[in-house]
Amino acid sequence: MSASLENDLETNHHKNATDTLKRTPLYDLHVELGARFVPFTGYEMPVQYPAGIIAEHQHTREKAGLFDVSHMGQAVLKGPDHEAVSRALEALVPGAIASLGLGRMRYTLLLNDQGGIIDDLMVTRSLSEDDDGTLFLVVNAARKTEDYAYISENLPAGISIVPDEDRALIALQGPASVEVLSAKCPKAASLGFMRATSAEFDGIDCHVSRSGYTGEDGFEISVPAKNVATIARALLDHPDVAPIGLGARDSLRLEAGLSLYGHDIDETTSPVEADLAWTIGKARRQAGGFAGADRILRELAEGTGRLKVGIKPEGRAPAREGTVVQNCEGREIGRITSGGYGPTFGGPVAMGYVEAGFAAGGTELRLIVRGKPHSTKVASLPFVPHRFYRAKKV
Amino acid sequence: MNVMSTVRYTKDHEYIRIEGDVGTVGISDYAQKQLGDIVFVELPAAGKVLKQGDEAAVVESVKAASEINAPVNGEVVESNSALEDNPALVNEDPEGGAWFLKLKVADSGQLDALMDAEAYAKFVEGLD
Repeated sequence: MSASLENDLETNHHKNATDTLKRTPLYDLHVELGARFVPFTGYEMPVQYPAGIIAEHQHTREKAGLFDVSHMGQAVLKGPDHEAVSRALEALVPGAIASLGLGRMRYTLLLNDQGGIIDDLMVTRSLSEDDDGTLFLVVNAARKTEDYAYISENLPAGISIVPDEDRALIALQGPASVEVLSAKCPKAASLGFMRATSAEFDGIDCHVSRSGYTGEDGFEISVPAKNVATIARALLDHPDVAPIGLGARDSLRLEAGLSLYGHDIDETTSPVEADLAWTIGKARRQAGGFAGADRILRELAEGTGRLKVGIKPEGRAPAREGTVVQNCEGREIGRITSGGYGPTFGGPVAMGYVEAGFAAGGTELRLIVRGKPHSTKVASLPFVPHRFYRAKKV
Repeated sequence: MNVMSTVRYTKDHEYIRIEGDVGTVGISDYAQKQLGDIVFVELPAAGKVLKQGDEAAVVESVKAASEINAPVNGEVVESNSALEDNPALVNEDPEGGAWFLKLKVADSGQLDALMDAEAYAKFVEGLD
């Protein structure tokens, strides 16, 4: 056999090569749980546990999954007040940050001057008035260095970015999350979607937000590294909670139609091309004034040459990243950027960029898999409906 | 007939079980464990002539695709269509019901260079 198995064996063999990899504060717990590790953005991360990717995926959709995402970058942007710090960040992102309320968070994009995406990130306004003038950023592990340097170079005097290397981050995702978490951390249950609060978990101070990367209801918990194992073990003690590796994290986010940096988005893709125009608020579209605004406002008005879409292969064969997409006449009109098997969807699912003329839902296209054409159609995203928490109207 | 004694393995984790002049080809239990959940297989048509090392079939886990190569020269006489409907069978019974294809072995001399079960077990032990 060749290809992936070889890669897996490489991972397992060459222990010396992994010596230079960093470990998260939960490494020992992953070992105890029987994780299989892979190198991922400079970290030795669990790709799966003995249950396997499909079982972990299903468990997250049905109950609650615990993810170690401590490799992600956590940083604090500090300034004299919210107005100053949010305007400084708004120069680099197209999301509305100034209008965020206390403890509100937003998904946005760090842009270069050409409107390309340097990173996608979560921005949370300070949790209380006492420390207003603070924004918490969570960025992709692979982009920490670039992000911090770029932000730092572009900040006005009096505002600084401070990476917080001493915090860990875990995510609890799935329909049972709220019940599981509220037993230990009652404040969590009252959080709305995309809101954050400081809270105690068995007496440990942490930041909890109602957010995630699976399409399910769930939470992310930021906590001092030294305390994270205590919290993770307490959560895993609950019968509805299972540890989930990067393999299922990827299949869950793919079914949810969520982009993965470095695959679906990068410095060459604009927010409009990436179908992320929804992250640009109305006021910011009118006022502009963010990096790459010229291109992005033009694309919003006139459209783009290519668009990111969902792709549903007709048969059983998965279409992986890099797969050529053709029109029915055999002309290449795009490429797959993320693709695999969707355990909840029950078949192969993919996302990719196609020429704008072929982006309408239902458009029939072809995928070239191992040299052979396979029928496919443009599909609306997500493949599996989002089940984020929405407050019930009384 | 002692079936165990007629199984040979490649360093790339394919097995070939010889009965007469036909070899049944699949992947080892070690290989399926390394791959994880299998979600797709692509099988060759009967009549396809393969040289040792040629791509004979494709197996895909949730994560990635891998090729299964012909352990020896031969002609495909049958492939296991049950795997197309139930790829997960590869995880459940890799060295039994989840065989991929049967080859009419063209050069049985090539079998001598492959590992027997004992040698393969040692080889795999060295990988962990």
